[in-house]
Amino acid sequence: MVTGVSRDAGARCARRLADDPAIGTVLGVDVVPPRAELGRVRFVRADIRNPVIAKVIAAEGVDTVVHTGVVATPGSAGGRSSMKEINVIGTMQLLAACQKASGVAKLVVKSSTTVYGAGPRDPAMFTEEMAPRAIHHHGLSKDAVEVEGYVRGFARRRPDVCVTTLRMANWIGPKTNSPMTRYFALPVVPTVFGYDARLQFLHEDDGVEAIQRATVNDLPGTFNLAGDGMISLSQAIRRLGRPTLRLPSFTASSTAAAVRRARLADFSPDQITFLTYGRGVDTTRMRTEFGFEPKYTTAEAFDDFRSSLGAGAMTRVTGLLGAGLGALRG
Amino acid sequence: MADADVIPIGSGGRPGRGSGRRTTPSAAARALVGPGNRTKKNSRTKTSGEDLGGADPTVEPVGAVPDVDGPDLSGLDLGGLDFGRLERVVRELFGDDGERRVAEWLAFLRRRLSGDYELDEFGYDSDLTDQVLLPMLRPMVEKWFRVEVRGIENIPADGSALIVANHSGTMPIDGLVTQVVVADHTGRPLRTLAADLVFQTPFVGELSRKGGATLANNDDAERLLRQGNLVGVWPEGFKGLGKPFAERYKLQRFGRGGFVSAAMRTGVPIVPCSIVGAEEIYPLVGNIASLARLLGVPYIPITPFFPLLGPLGLIPLPSKWLIEFGEPIRTDEFPDGAADDPMLVFNVTDQVRETIQQTLYTLLMQRRSVFF
Repeated sequence: MVTGVSRDAGARCARRLADDPAIGTVLGVDVVPPRAELGRVRFVRADIRNPVIAKVIAAEGVDTVVHTGVVATPGSAGGRSSMKEINVIGTMQLLAACQKASGVAKLVVKSSTTVYGAGPRDPAMFTEEMAPRAIHHHGLSKDAVEVEGYVRGFARRRPDVCVTTLRMANWIGPKTNSPMTRYFALPVVPTVFGYDARLQFLHEDDGVEAIQRATVNDLPGTFNLAGDGMISLSQAIRRLGRPTLRLPSFTASSTAAAVRRARLADFSPDQITFLTYGRGVDTTRMRTEFGFEPKYTTAEAFDDFRSSLGAGAMTRVTGLLGAGLGALRG
Repeated sequence: MADADVIPIGSGGRPGRGSGRRTTPSAAARALVGPGNRTKKNSRTKTSGEDLGGADPTVEPVGAVPDVDGPDLSGLDLGGLDFGRLERVVRELFGDDGERRVAEWLAFLRRRLSGDYELDEFGYDSDLTDQVLLPMLRPMVEKWFRVEVRGIENIPADGSALIVANHSGTMPIDGLVTQVVVADHTGRPLRTLAADLVFQTPFVGELSRKGGATLANNDDAERLLRQGNLVGVWPEGFKGLGKPFAERYKLQRFGRGGFVSAAMRTGVPIVPCSIVGAEEIYPLVGNIASLARLLGVPYIPITPFFPLLGPLGLIPLPSKWLIEFGEPIRTDEFPDGAADDPMLVFNVTDQVRETIQQTLYTLLMQRRSVFF
């Protein structure tokens, strides 16, 4: 059973699992019907915030639950309170249902590296054991921490269930539609003046593969997942060839509000701190224990995403420089 | 900016750009021709002008090989532009070597604009550090402070080492100077560990990360050392930087010895480094404690010239510097779990501290005067 299939990431994971011959039936659960084609996935319209989900699990004899239903954007969920409801209460209900269902043997949770927060006191790379240094007050970051807390509680109460938590870096790729991709698609990209965040990305194909791997194999534990390498925010924007608008930090929240009102991108305060300080996660365990090797590095994933956008204004300036250079070197 | 008129220079619109009298350029450099077929006059003249101002003929080139990997665009139609004049101007201004330098500089600018460079996981940008940050600091190190370096052979040529130094001078100039000195004498970048205040400050934090600094904590220190880096640490921190001028060259407490346990866990040698001269650059005679508390910084310095002379007071005094790297202290011979033995860690910390203190006294005895 896969939750959150109305959105792109959930739908792709469900399709990928349905294509695997080793898996019998894949149930896709969500409140609204999916926009994307689900293929062999059987869609069940159910709300994970409602105890009905327990009946679905019992009636269908679900043995594996893949929870991709954590929402990152308040806009798509219909407001921040609704987003919190889906993320936190939804997860609680889902886990309560799983705890009652004796048939459930595996739980895979798609979490996010936002659980580590972002701030000036952060170490360069977070390993899975490290606690966040910055305190979460907002948005997805806070939700993800709470969701993981409930998942840990569930793992304690049902030690027979194999629980895998995947802390994924921001997904990126031609098909991903997230606050991050919409941000980079802005014609002029606003950044915080005087700071340059370090970013890691995970290509959408790698993300789907990782969830499939966690579902098919027994790999209990918490794992950071991210592409190799690191790019800085300024470097990413330069690669896009888009002009940057560097604004002082005190204007960040009003800029975010303006961008939100213009329906260009959806920004919560935790994403602003992320784009100020950045974050890096250590992926040693992803390789050793989880046995997963992303196909794309951070830079390659970003370049794949870039190819889906048009060239920006700055690309032509670079062309000019190249011409002058060529002339000099004959 | 990209929409510019095409103004052919001196050629009457004739395509082609040379007469075959090339002597210096390499074939690889031709590959640097970008896909530009429109340009404008002032962008080119501006480039030459900037380089004229920026390139100090006495400053050595950084020694970094320019990145000449680019798409092969030979046979590119440059839209009937003649760059012959530009070439001649550059040759006249900078000589034969200047042509290569301008080309390197343009290649660098192109890499920066297209984002075609790599960062490591700490955010260290070697391209920017080698091409911009270190060359900017080099005149200060060589001309202003006239740094004299001793014992550079104590820094291992390969493998990691932890360089531990005394901290002084109100502003962490000694960190920057040590970074330049190590990079120039060993050819290896020095990765520094900095306070969290640095990363909270706009620009300072950004440039520090790009210049190879990271937050001073055990996780980052051990990670850097495991990857075989030279790591620099100033364990006195703000206690050393912000001590009054009267207490110059008296070492403060060496933190909690975290740097020793990091070195022990990774088994890398500790190289004590004594810096003489940094104490005199901003003689700290007072501290506006109330304002410092208000702003959340450790101190607001009062020096004989600051804030009296305003921004002029920020110019460091040109003291003569001596930097001596001492014999490495090995940490790989301690038994396993030594890093968790606080008594041993304190002992080694004291040993490092005493070594630096003794070397400081020796260097001070040898110094003829503060400024010469």
